[in-house]
Amino acid sequence: MAGSGTAQLRESDKMVLRVENLVMEFPAGIHQVVHAVSDISFDVQRGETLGIVGESGCGKSTTARAIVQLPKPTSGTVLLDPGTDAEIELTAKEGEELRAIRPRIQMIFQDPISSLNPRRRVRDIVAEGLSIWREEHPDVDVEAQVDEVLTAVGLDPEVAASRRPHQFSGGQCQRISIARALALNPEILICDEPVSALDVSVQAQIINILEEMKERYGLTLIFISHDLSVVRNVSDRVVVMYLGKVCEVGDSNTLFSEPAHPYTRVLLASAPEPSAVVDESESAIGDELPSPMDPPSGCRFRTRCPRTTGLCASEEPVMAKVGLDHFVACHFPGSP
Amino acid sequence: MCAKSGLGKADMAAPLLSVSNLHVGFATEKGLVRAVDGVSFDLTEGQTLGIVGESGSGKSVTAKTLMNLLPSYARVGGSITFDGRDVRAMATEGERHFWGVAMTMVFQDPMTSLNPVKRVGEQIAESLRVHLKRTRSEAKDEAGDLLQQVGVPEPRKRLRQYPHELSGGLRQRVVIAMSLACSPRLLIADEPTTALDVTVQKHILDLLDELREERGMTMILITHDLGVVRGRADQIMVMYAGRTMEQADTATLFSQMRHPYTEALLETIPRIDMASHTRLIPIPGMPPELVDVPDGCLFSQRCRSCSDSCLTDQPPLEVCGPMHVCACHTPVGTEAGAAARAANREAGVTPAGLDMGTFTAVEESA
Repeated sequence: MAGSGTAQLRESDKMVLRVENLVMEFPAGIHQVVHAVSDISFDVQRGETLGIVGESGCGKSTTARAIVQLPKPTSGTVLLDPGTDAEIELTAKEGEELRAIRPRIQMIFQDPISSLNPRRRVRDIVAEGLSIWREEHPDVDVEAQVDEVLTAVGLDPEVAASRRPHQFSGGQCQRISIARALALNPEILICDEPVSALDVSVQAQIINILEEMKERYGLTLIFISHDLSVVRNVSDRVVVMYLGKVCEVGDSNTLFSEPAHPYTRVLLASAPEPSAVVDESESAIGDELPSPMDPPSGCRFRTRCPRTTGLCASEEPVMAKVGLDHFVACHFPGSP
Repeated sequence: MCAKSGLGKADMAAPLLSVSNLHVGFATEKGLVRAVDGVSFDLTEGQTLGIVGESGSGKSVTAKTLMNLLPSYARVGGSITFDGRDVRAMATEGERHFWGVAMTMVFQDPMTSLNPVKRVGEQIAESLRVHLKRTRSEAKDEAGDLLQQVGVPEPRKRLRQYPHELSGGLRQRVVIAMSLACSPRLLIADEPTTALDVTVQKHILDLLDELREERGMTMILITHDLGVVRGRADQIMVMYAGRTMEQADTATLFSQMRHPYTEALLETIPRIDMASHTRLIPIPGMPPELVDVPDGCLFSQRCRSCSDSCLTDQPPLEVCGPMHVCACHTPVGTEAGAAARAANREAGVTPAGLDMGTFTAVEESA
């Protein structure tokens, strides 16, 4: 659980994004509030891939949207280039100022077909960002840039550019979405479940393209998925979320080989082919996610946690270091 | 086409379900879509068959054919025998107390397989009343017992709720309870956990396993994830583009896989114990259109072991071991397979025109 705290934040000038005490709440009926994201903090180093993993409803996508200020978070700060002279507080910007920063952060969504306008041709879809930013980048050759990104994601611009989205398969549409996101030369690419809607045989193609693009364009990726094996494969650092809180943060290999939070262990034990580092019996927890309108007191995971005690109900655990670049918010971390 | 798979034939007991040379086609504007193209399998009572394949491989159409749920314009060929009875003949005679009683199905999306405006209890009781002629109160009692068996907490209270009041996992449990109501002998589960979270997925699959064991049920588990069937099925059939590529008992399939498609499916999925940034071996291209299918093997366009004959001759389903059949000219782990792969690597391109560069880069770095 699901706890607060900022111990996991790193002191470094190589950070490209820092999210601090981010809270996102939505009104729901009279005097009721959905606590979608509650006081989470993490940072992303330039060139790394940060994976965010958790069950549906844990606030992964809300976090991604809050980073791009769509909509603005209820409270908390999102900093670009933290600790440098060029530091920008996204949460403090509005209107034209915010708009000017947007090209630096781009997003890819889960359903590749519905995220492309069916009436437009691929060339226009990919070029849209560029044509909007025409005035700011007068020296960019739009045609050439579109051809370049399309080629980079493995599509032939000669054939693909004049077609419409319905003429492509799901995997190819996801390539077009990636090309559209890359056209503006972003620094950060947020991928919200980019391979969940794709067939298993196509999933690896898209993951490999993202890895190639990351290298080629020096991108920083935030990769959101519910699939643990995919997240481990693409990420350098992983954040495990539960009901709007961060449970565990750490280097990808460390977190998956020495999971310390009971929830992470449950996830690993529930995978179709469970991980060897946990016992399969650890997957035995209730199915019901508590309501985000009335989250449990103390540790939010306590209602389903095998290790819960009175302490978990009364006191919220705070992020604590358990290893080199490995942080956990739990009163009783480690293996059972 | 090698008429009948060798599988199941060696069994002493007669199979509960026997599917032979099943063909299903749909006439479309573009031409006849061959959704299922000559699929055969036998299933012994009490066993679980896993059917694995990507979308469009014909796994769901096979299931729907068994359940007699295809639209009337579908063109079906071949034979289906259940416990010695001809299922396709029953379909035309309209035996309404067969489906839903002896053979039932659980679908992928629990929300769309439940009626949103009827209480959960009524929906479970419905099949008991229609098929088994139970009275209203008997059926209601039994529905409560069923909910208890599938692990729904407070079953009596849930009976009065509507589907939207339940979580995804609970809804799928209700659907399972419905399908179990008339004590079926065969349960077909079509991607029963794809729409669910990973923690819930495990519980639902475990539940199906327990119920199968308790009731001595036979089960067909359809999925796109080899990992899901690995620990749960006795036999696995791998389908691609409407055809059976390989079928074997589960241990054999994973220890001695023969078909390059099975191998590719396994290599392309990241595993949880793999280190970060392990390069995945992609399956290039995409599945073929099922209209005007070309000669030869349908996987040849995406296959690393493709040889010249793969482009012209459709490989028959041949026995390649005890309880193991495979349709491939150049199977993995054989001399022919190794030779074909070596020749392709040498040439840098397969006879189907596939660039071997993508594979070799990955193989070398691995």
